[in-house]
Amino acid sequence: MSTLSEPPKASFRLSQLIYDTRYRSLTIQVIASILIALGLAWLINNTIVNLDNLGKDIKFDFLGSQAGYDINQRLIEYDSQDTHARAAIVGILNTLLVAFLGCIAATIIGVTAGVLRLSKNWLISKLMTVYVEGFRNVPLLLWILLIFALMTEGMPQPRDFRGDEPAATMSLGDNVAVTNRGIYIPRIGFNNSIGAEAAEPVSDGEDTPPPGSSGVDWLLVLGVLFASFFGQRYVKQRADGIQEDTGLRPTTWYLRLGILIIPTAIVMFVLGAQVVSPYLKGFNFTEGVHLRNSLIALWFALSLYTGAFIAEIVRSGIMAVSKGQSEAAFALGMRPNWTMNLVILPQALRVIIPPLISQYLNLTKNSSLALAVGYMDVRSTLGGITINQTGRELEGMLLLGLFYLVLSLLISGVMNIYNNSVKLQER
Amino acid sequence: MKHSVLLGAITVAGFTAGAAAADTLGDVQERGTLNCGVTTGLVGFAAPDANGEWEGFDVGVCRAVAAAVLGDASAVNFVTTTGQTRFTALASGEIDMLARNTTWTFSRDTDLAFEFVGINYYDGQGFMIPRELGVSSAKDLDGATVCIQTGTTTELNLADFFRTNNISYEPVPIETNAEAQQQYLAGACDVYTTDASGLAATRASFESPDEHMLLPEIISKEPLGPLVRHGDHEWGDIVRWTLNALIAAEELGVSSANIADLGAAAGENPEVNRLLGTEGELGSYMGLDADWAARAIAAGGNYGELFEKNIGENTPIGLARGLNAQWTDGGLLYSPPFR
Repeated sequence: MSTLSEPPKASFRLSQLIYDTRYRSLTIQVIASILIALGLAWLINNTIVNLDNLGKDIKFDFLGSQAGYDINQRLIEYDSQDTHARAAIVGILNTLLVAFLGCIAATIIGVTAGVLRLSKNWLISKLMTVYVEGFRNVPLLLWILLIFALMTEGMPQPRDFRGDEPAATMSLGDNVAVTNRGIYIPRIGFNNSIGAEAAEPVSDGEDTPPPGSSGVDWLLVLGVLFASFFGQRYVKQRADGIQEDTGLRPTTWYLRLGILIIPTAIVMFVLGAQVVSPYLKGFNFTEGVHLRNSLIALWFALSLYTGAFIAEIVRSGIMAVSKGQSEAAFALGMRPNWTMNLVILPQALRVIIPPLISQYLNLTKNSSLALAVGYMDVRSTLGGITINQTGRELEGMLLLGLFYLVLSLLISGVMNIYNNSVKLQER
Repeated sequence: MKHSVLLGAITVAGFTAGAAAADTLGDVQERGTLNCGVTTGLVGFAAPDANGEWEGFDVGVCRAVAAAVLGDASAVNFVTTTGQTRFTALASGEIDMLARNTTWTFSRDTDLAFEFVGINYYDGQGFMIPRELGVSSAKDLDGATVCIQTGTTTELNLADFFRTNNISYEPVPIETNAEAQQQYLAGACDVYTTDASGLAATRASFESPDEHMLLPEIISKEPLGPLVRHGDHEWGDIVRWTLNALIAAEELGVSSANIADLGAAAGENPEVNRLLGTEGELGSYMGLDADWAARAIAAGGNYGELFEKNIGENTPIGLARGLNAQWTDGGLLYSPPFR
């Protein structure tokens, strides 16, 4: 059996790089990457050389210099004496705030509208169609500006609330003021606050200073609430176990409600929690929480716009679940809302989550339209005023791009973890 | 959209700036039009009239330069810029000069690498407020909501003023004068602050200007003037001396009414003769012909005429000359001699 000849000794020749299909694709890829790298190097070099000709260098030390401008919505302490870097952080927090609020609201709106669009009720499904098509097909900027204009032009000025017969009055028992500068809602203050500095006594006739509040107070309250939540979950799990074992479910709702509410209520009482309503003082309302027009317009527009897309995603996810699934559920005697919650939605989620991630990313990036209504997000602080006052366009834009890149990757990373937990477990 | 404009401008800066920095005069003459950056619309300084023709005090400077360089006062391509986009537009070469009531400051001159060629309006930052609020001094503005054009020096002055007086305010940042006007009239802010001249111009365009007043405090020095890029000194000279020619013309009594006579032949005043090119050839030093200044003055009149026509006391804006009078009348306008 020596008919099999030895395979010819592989001797590598340079021409094989082109003519041999084993090596050709490798050759092409290497050459293409070299060309791309050269192109990028040329672009970067060209930018640096031309900026140099203009007398500009790339430096980031402007971040450490004094910003000099004020920002209206601050989630952390900031004044005009702070640095540009801190101003950028204030902007970043504002971006995160509106993105977070927007993602939550858009999800709620989107899931509701998506489910309702499939409703058998003709009026409801048509109304949802109008909503989805109306918001999906008009540019987001127009919605932001429209809501902002409605707020500014349609609502009363703070000075209309003044006088014996004011042109406008506060709603909800003098607790909420809707003005053309935003909505003022009550806040919770703590009389025995742990961290807050004692507020200055108000001179004009009022004896007690307004109760303060600090991060420590809220950390305490939310921490207790969080712990209670896990406590009541434990009770539920225990009840589930008993039900599995004996078939009888102990009544636990009062226990769970008690665990959820009572510890938090005690902490609030000890801290001396008190509702502080906004009231008119000087030019504006003071106290309470000021939801600025810009935040409301941006938040609503982003939520409604992205919600329309999410509604379509939800609808497609539900329709992707085979009709046999719901028929089987009905055959078992399940009610329609059980069918939806226990059978359809869990399966639909597998189709819904991946495109939902990109909608969250869209919403976050679209929040950079904030400048149109003067919302001080990171685009307006770092990418707007800071760039303008320091003349560092390239550096500012690079930082801004980096921020959005990191934020988007973080969001998709977190959502991918969630996606892995709901996707079909293949065994 | 602002995003793409800015990024686009940066890209343009990356690619074309090297070429554009060299010879602006040659570029303008070859193109046949002057690209002049102006505001998005501030009545009296730069705004399109009913026929869409740009007019105003800053526009007059653009037209004068176009007349001097190209011989045609209408050969101007007006590029609108906001407080945010103006410097990028100039640095990238999108515009040849910026005449957009821009304050001459140290950092803009040095760090941003621009060249302010002179001052065409001495201004200061003021406050406008509805009369019905009954405020008589800016120091009573504690807690007020203030509309402010973002990306301007006024933003920094405002922060300084309220901080040094130890009072608080709520800033509402706004992109353009038109938006600020709308917000202010809707009552979304109590106060509007910008250069006093701009306030007067804005107030003049209100339906009932009398219901609004300017507070007496002027909280800053705002010398406004045209500017060009660093690096092309010949072009900077042309813009600088065109502005000086307008100022000198008023001082020497040369106006659009008598320039045809004075410019026809050498007269008795040697300074006027040198200015109008009937004696000597100052224009050739800048690469222009002898009539350059005569054309610039004929385009819209001398400085005084431009002032009276656009923002003076007989216009709705009604600004007094004040600091902007000739030095001979107790003002600050003082052109170096033409010789």
